[in-house]
Order: sequence, then C-alpha cells, then structure tokens
Amino acid sequence: MNAQHRRWTAAALTGALALSSGAAFAQGAVAPQYRWLTFAVFAAIIGLTMYVTYLAAKRVKSASDFYVAGGGVTGLQNGWAIAGDYLSAASFLGIAGLISQYGYDGFMYSVGWLVAYITVLLLIAEPCRNIGKYTLPDILAYRNNPKAMRIVGSLSVITVSTFYLTAQMVGGGVLVKTLIGIDYEYSVIAVGVLMLAYVMFGGMVATTWVQIIKAVLLVAASLILVILVWTPYGFSLPAFLADVVGDPKVQAKVATLIGDPAKNMTAAELGQRFLEPGLYFKNPIDQISLGMALVFGTAGLPHILMRFFTVPTAQQARKSVVWAMAIIGGFYVLTLFLGFGAAKHVGPQAIAAVDAGGNMAGPLLAQYLGGGPESFLGNFMLAFVSAVAFATIVAVVAGLVLAAASAIAHDLYVGVYHGGDVVPPQQQVRAARVATVIVGAMAITIGIAAKGQNVAHLVALAFAVAASANFPCVLLTLYWNRCSTGGIVLGMVVGTLTAVFLTLVSPNVTYPNAVRETAQKVFDGEAAKRSAIEAALASGDAAAIAKANTELAALDKAVTKARDDVAKVEGKTTSLMGLEKPLFTLKNPGIISIPLGFLAVLLGSLLFPDRRSLAMWPEVYARQNTGILVSKASSH
Amino acid sequence: MANGSDIDWNAVIADPRFHALHRKKQAFLTGLMIFSVIFYFLLPIGAAYFQDLYKTKVWGVVNFGLLFALSQFVVAWLIAFYYSRRAGAEFDRAAAEIAATYQSPGRS
Repeated sequence: MNAQHRRWTAAALTGALALSSGAAFAQGAVAPQYRWLTFAVFAAIIGLTMYVTYLAAKRVKSASDFYVAGGGVTGLQNGWAIAGDYLSAASFLGIAGLISQYGYDGFMYSVGWLVAYITVLLLIAEPCRNIGKYTLPDILAYRNNPKAMRIVGSLSVITVSTFYLTAQMVGGGVLVKTLIGIDYEYSVIAVGVLMLAYVMFGGMVATTWVQIIKAVLLVAASLILVILVWTPYGFSLPAFLADVVGDPKVQAKVATLIGDPAKNMTAAELGQRFLEPGLYFKNPIDQISLGMALVFGTAGLPHILMRFFTVPTAQQARKSVVWAMAIIGGFYVLTLFLGFGAAKHVGPQAIAAVDAGGNMAGPLLAQYLGGGPESFLGNFMLAFVSAVAFATIVAVVAGLVLAAASAIAHDLYVGVYHGGDVVPPQQQVRAARVATVIVGAMAITIGIAAKGQNVAHLVALAFAVAASANFPCVLLTLYWNRCSTGGIVLGMVVGTLTAVFLTLVSPNVTYPNAVRETAQKVFDGEAAKRSAIEAALASGDAAAIAKANTELAALDKAVTKARDDVAKVEGKTTSLMGLEKPLFTLKNPGIISIPLGFLAVLLGSLLFPDRRSLAMWPEVYARQNTGILVSKASSH
Repeated sequence: MANGSDIDWNAVIADPRFHALHRKKQAFLTGLMIFSVIFYFLLPIGAAYFQDLYKTKVWGVVNFGLLFALSQFVVAWLIAFYYSRRAGAEFDRAAAEIAATYQSPGRS
C-alpha cells in the first residue's frame, strides 16, 4: 500500500500543483496531498456530464427542446431528475449534519421534504402536465389575462428562484471551500461557469441528464456508506442505535445541548435523549409553520413544476412523482444512518469543529469508513463524496437558472414583449440562451456579493413564497371555476409580500442588541471556564489534559467568534428594518402568509371577476381532467 | 390561447361520464390529501406535546417517536402507490374514453 500510495501521491502532487495557483487554496477537509483525488473524481463526473451536454446540444433546435427537452423524457428518467433537482446540498449534507448534531429532530426535519411530494402528486403534477407548456406562468395564462399573468407569474418565478439560487451559490461556495479549500470566490465562479455551460448549450436535455447522473451518484455513494456503517450490526436497527446512544461522544454532546438538567442524568439516559425530540426544535408552532411551507411550497417551486412539462403525458408525470418519492424518501432513510453513523464514529464535536452547521458529517464519515484521514481509501472516499457534493450544487443551480431564464425569455420576452406574436424558433432559443447567461452572471455576482452573509433562511423563504403565492394561484386556477385574473394578481402580490415582509421582521435577520447580549454571555463565562481548564491542565491526568485542551480550543474559537460578531454590528442598534427586536417571533412565515395568499386569491377573484377566466373554465376543467389535446401541446 | 381546435368544451364537461369521473376523482383525492396532511402534522405536534409517548421504548433503544417518523415514509409511499394504482386502473381509462369521443384522431 505504501509504495503505491507514494507513487499515487507523487502523480497527484504534479496534478494538484498544476491546478492550484497557491493563493486559491486554503485549508479544507480534504488534505492537500489528496486534493488531486477530488479533482480526478470531479473531472470524471464533469467529463461524463459534458459529453452528455455535447450530445444534447445537437438535439436542441426548438424552444420546446431548450425548455422541456421536447417533452420526450420518460417517467423513470424524470423521477431521477426531480430527485437530482430537489436533493440540494442542504438536504444531502445538511440533514445528515443535523442528525449528527441533534439526533431525532434532524430526522424529523427530513420527513416534511418527502411528504411535500404527496401534494405534488395528488393535486399539481397531472393537471399541470395537461394544461401547461414550458413554465409556471403558462398555467396561469391559460385561462386568465395572458399578459398580466406572464408579468406577475414571471416576477414570482424570478423572486423564488433568486432566493433559492442565492442560498445555493453562497452555501455551495462555503461548502467547496470547506471541503477542498478552494477560495470562496473561485468556488462560486466554478459552480456558475459549469452550470452555464450545461444550461446554455444543452438546455433542459443536458440539465435533465446532469440531474440524473448526480442523483444516481448521490444515492450510490450513500448506499455504500450505509452498508459499511450497518453491516457490523447485522443490519439490525436497535443494535446499531444502541451502539450510537452508548457512545461517550454522543452522550457528551447531549449534555452540552441540554445544560444543567444533564447533571442529574446517567450516561445511558443522556445517550437515549439523542433519540428523543426537542434537542433542536424548541418552538412547535414555528415547526408547523415550516412544515406548511414545505408541504405546500414544493408544489409551487418553479424549477420543480417545470420538470412536469418534460414528460409527454399525465401518466408519465404521475410516474415521475412516484419514482421521485421512492428515491427522495429512500435517500432520507439512508441519511438517518449517515447522520447517526457520523455521530458515533466521527463524533458530533469533531464534525462541528470542521463546520459549525454539521455539514461535514457525511464526508467525514466517508473518510472514517475508508480507513481514516491517513489512509488512501479514506481519502478516496472523502474525495468522492466531496465531488458528488460539488456536482449536487451544479445540478440544482442549473435547474434554478433554467427556470428563471425561461420566465425571462419565454414569458417576458416572447409572451409580453412580442405579445404572443409568432417568434421564429431560432430566435426563441437565442433569447433563452441570452437569458440564461444573464441569470447565470447574476447568480455569480450575487454569490460573490453575499459572501459571509447568513443565507440559511433564504431557502425557507423561497419555500414560503412558493407556498403563499404560487401554490394558491396554481391550485385555484386549476380547480376553482370563479378564479380570475384579479384574484391571481392579488394572490401573487399579497402572498409574496407577506412572506418576505414577515421574514424581514422575524428573528432570521440580525438584531445588533441581541448579538451583543449573546456575545456578552460568552465573555462573562470566559474567566470561570478558563480557570477550570487551567485546573484540569495542572491536574496531571492525561485524559483530563487532553479534554481540557479541546475545551480550550473551543473556548478560544467561541470568544473570537463573539468578538467578530460584535465588531460586525459596531455602532448599530437596529436591524435592517430599523427594529430593535423581532416584530414577528416565528422564523417561518408560512402559517400566516399561506392562508393570506389563499384569501387574497379568493377575495380578488370575487371582487374582480373577468370574462375570459370564466369563459375558459370549461376548457381548463375538461383538459386538466381528461388530457384532451395534451399530445398537441408536447409534440413539435 | 385557442388551440385552433373546434372541441365543444361545454359539451365535454356536461357529459355524464365526465361528471362521474370528476366526482370520483375529487372525492378520492380530497380524502387522501386531508388524511396525508393530518398524518404528517401529527408528527411535529406529537413531538411537542406528547413527549412521553415519543420516548417510550418499543424495540430495544428504538422508541415510539422514531418508529412514527419512519412510518411517515412508509405511509407516503403507500399513498403514492395506492393513488397511482387507482388512477391507472380507473381514472386513466375513463379519461381516455372521454378524450376519444371529443377529440377525433386526425385533428390533434
């Protein structure tokens, strides 16, 4: 192993040196001497997807090819592509991380992401396939005033996609930096340029294949890790979990999380607590609000809706959701083992030391299972998982950019600017490509500009807007005879504005006074902690000294972070919105904004009925139920 | 957004077969949707207000809460399976029959 190992390393160094320009690299989870491995694996993935894009580019001739792959994707392919579109780095790395840090609550969090697809399956996928063409505004424009619908619809598509995109770009940049050590800006540009190459040349055909390839790799990698984690326990769930809760690292983590009450608990009780709710979610109403945004918002996400136009019939649309549910659900069940496995083998503290959010749980578990940080196989597995993570970000971003670009080119340029006149296919495809470059450049710019910003709430906000504006509008236009143009416009405006406003005045944004208070607590406790650590260091007991050293490092880190936080809010007393404390106490606006969105569509429709919406109802009603003429909409 | 078709949509929705299909579908979908939403929200509500139940160990260290969370996956899959079987066996055929009546093959 060693001779070969060295030979590999030598070859690697040459490769890595050629790739790195020194300054572009910082410390990452992948050790510098193994960085070439990540590049090699990633180059293989890029090579494969680029080849597919090359083949796809030749097939993209019409607008239908560019936006929806000519409607020629099968249900099974689309199911994998939906999974690839949906399983963002947040769910791939984030949920495993949450489980590794907080146990049960992390797993409970993942459930809503799957249940969301029941709404998609039962209410949205098939009628949308029967009525729609390329985009979400197409569905609304079918019976309501087309120009008005394309304007409000595409604004909402662009809003939702931009929130989601910003979160992906910033999250992706941080992630690639943490994993491989490439500087944040370079990571963002790399993600953006790759995504642009796929979308611009290959349109939906290439995007679909990138998403399928990524989803297959993701599931395969997770499956291998889970088999490795679970085999020693003879595939017994209680045996595996008993070992997890019996682990001193897990017990110590629970003790830190619950604070004082931990003093009266035995080690076994502390471990068991890891499998019980309440370590992460403190406010049940907030959690229900988040659940509502997920369960109703997924059905309003433009990049997910768009996927249903890539299949030829409602039956295939149904089949795609069923496949997607099997893949996505199966993946979250695997995540349970990844998260708990990482907690047991790597330890919650060691994971949080690399990334406070716990995002490195999966990659570090892969490294451990391969033989640890010193082994070749361990580093190969870490490199592989890191490359899959990178591919994940690119695939999700590609879907988002395509959705936003289609709203600009198809709805705003062709639909509104040309007012529905016949635009030649070449010109439509060119418009779509130009829009893609604009959105892509915007994504890269926002990604770089938002460096260091807290963007975690942006994904939740994207879901909240989708659930409060898009979902009520799409649902009622499909199912309610009296729904009208006025109702949709009002619903879109009210749903979007309430969700955004409530988020801006919620605890998600920074409140300088609260930041100072939190930091003060750290400073206040510092002296006592330091003397305890010094006492332990002087005790002469090897175990106590080792523990004290870890604690010292953690304390130094916390103090530095508190100082940085205070420096950031220097001289400020109010938030972005001029508030000293949150006006709205929930982190998720859904529980208020979703009912308001529905109410706005209802009121707007009753107050401003319009003739076209009413006259087109029989056609919408008949078509969404029977699929008459659907072959016409998808053929070209 | 006329499709250039001369299908009489009012005749389609007045067709008794269409009515029957729509009624059956709507009842089935509404029921299933309400059930799945209630079943899902029982999870966070239970986790907040029925902690003792969730902490009850049923299978080694595996407690009720963990099994209930896992059951959410099984139930979601069952709903998907149940719906697609019913739709494939019943709704699709009825929809195709109606479509065939009103949409002559040469026209679309």
